[in-house]
Amino acid sequence: MWSYRVSPVVFWRRRASLYRLEGSRCSSCGHVTISRRVKCPRCGGDMEPCSLPQRGRVISFTVVNTPPRGFEYYTPYVLALVELDGGGRVLAQLTDVDPSEVEQGMEVEAVVRRVRVSGKGGIIVYGYKFRPVLHP
Amino acid sequence: MRRVFVVGAGLTKVGQHWDRSLKDLLAEAGLKAMEDAGVDEVEAIFVGNMMSGILNGQESLGSLAADYLGLTGVPAFKVEAACASGGAALMQGVLAVKSGLFDRVLVVGVEKMTDATDTADVTSGLATAADFELELFFGASFVSLNALVMRLYASEHGLSEEEFGHLPILMHKNAVDVEHAQLRFEINMEKYLDSPYVAEPIRLLDSSPIGDGAAAVVLSAGSSPPSDRSVEVAGFWSATETLALCDREDLLRPKSIRAAVRKALEMAGLEIGDVSVVQIHDAFSIVGYLCIEGAGLAEPGRAPAFIESGEANRDGSIPINPEGGLKARGHPVGATGIYQVVELYRQLLGEAGPSQVEGARHGLAINVGGVASNVVAHVLRRVD
Repeated sequence: MWSYRVSPVVFWRRRASLYRLEGSRCSSCGHVTISRRVKCPRCGGDMEPCSLPQRGRVISFTVVNTPPRGFEYYTPYVLALVELDGGGRVLAQLTDVDPSEVEQGMEVEAVVRRVRVSGKGGIIVYGYKFRPVLHP
Repeated sequence: MRRVFVVGAGLTKVGQHWDRSLKDLLAEAGLKAMEDAGVDEVEAIFVGNMMSGILNGQESLGSLAADYLGLTGVPAFKVEAACASGGAALMQGVLAVKSGLFDRVLVVGVEKMTDATDTADVTSGLATAADFELELFFGASFVSLNALVMRLYASEHGLSEEEFGHLPILMHKNAVDVEHAQLRFEINMEKYLDSPYVAEPIRLLDSSPIGDGAAAVVLSAGSSPPSDRSVEVAGFWSATETLALCDREDLLRPKSIRAAVRKALEMAGLEIGDVSVVQIHDAFSIVGYLCIEGAGLAEPGRAPAFIESGEANRDGSIPINPEGGLKARGHPVGATGIYQVVELYRQLLGEAGPSQVEGARHGLAINVGGVASNVVAHVLRRVD
């Protein structure tokens, strides 16, 4: 993904989002997003920080066979669009599940996992992934 | 407002040009377009390109273009809008001429993709069209994001995998007799269904190939057509959508495609039914189908059936991508938007050879960047 050595601050400054699922909610239209932003991507309204629900369901998914640089180790892996209970969507990898068992509508929950290692001697980056709910 | 005309065009064959560099391709297309227009000078150059920094270690394509076209001194710069870079560069060229400050400009799109021999590098480069923090960080590739949309489309409309095959089959059929096309062979449904998944449900035969290419047009101002080989740029517009899929209101009906097409047609004083030939952006089959529906050629979920009906064939009521589209003519990313318009230019002059659409009068080109996060549409009109 990078042809240069990335500074750890790239991930450090996203810690609230990556480890605690904190994002923003629009005070005008109610849209919830996992990114930290000032203006709503849908209606242009003002956004305020909020915590996103940690459970949701898979609305679409795919299995990646030809990965971008840095994800060879995990291939094949499942990438899913998750609709969170109570609003908001996130894109994430699914974990602890066989790709052949994934289906649309599957209930999932957020966990913190290793996302990538940037090369030999590079930093190990953690972030959210989703797994099938353990205690429905 | 002053009128803008395409007065000349040039392109290279799309493919794996092992013996040609980014510079060679750009210069060939640019000089061919100027020769076609019968001019040896332009007042400005706009370069459409997406990945030269990533794949070729080269930016400053404006200076590069002026330098290698022998036009050092003229204003020149690169325009980037992911896979819509070509269309975006063209729109900047048209605006420059419309402004009245320039009378004649060159727009050239170029992409040199095969210098990176590792697919992972090209995959990573293409992925930069998407949202880095919210998508690429988690291992999303460009094809996988389109796969998420395709699965949603199939489940919402209850479509089988077979139904997606109609567009790539038609594209390959169209490209067979097109000299500049990259993949000049036919496929059938059996081959389509046998092709492996790149990112399920997207198959290899849903996907445009990796290739090199460059295409260029010369634009001229005038109150009347400057030459007998002039085609008017009658309308154009571009529109954006959310960068990340997770923030998008309707993944199957991106407002960018609808807005760009509607406003471009409006500017030309046309409705979609008036258009004689359409260029859609079938980087993956699903994107092509969303273009067809966004342009109002088929109801949601009906684009595959529309292609199957034959209406989009070269001799159909509204031919789509008669040169094979991104799937088979090829998709040298930043050049694609210009290839679309060069092909329309030839169609409207009646110079499209075996791919010629009888009596073509108006052409529409839809150039899609990202997963429809940036869309540019152009309408060309034959001059009588």
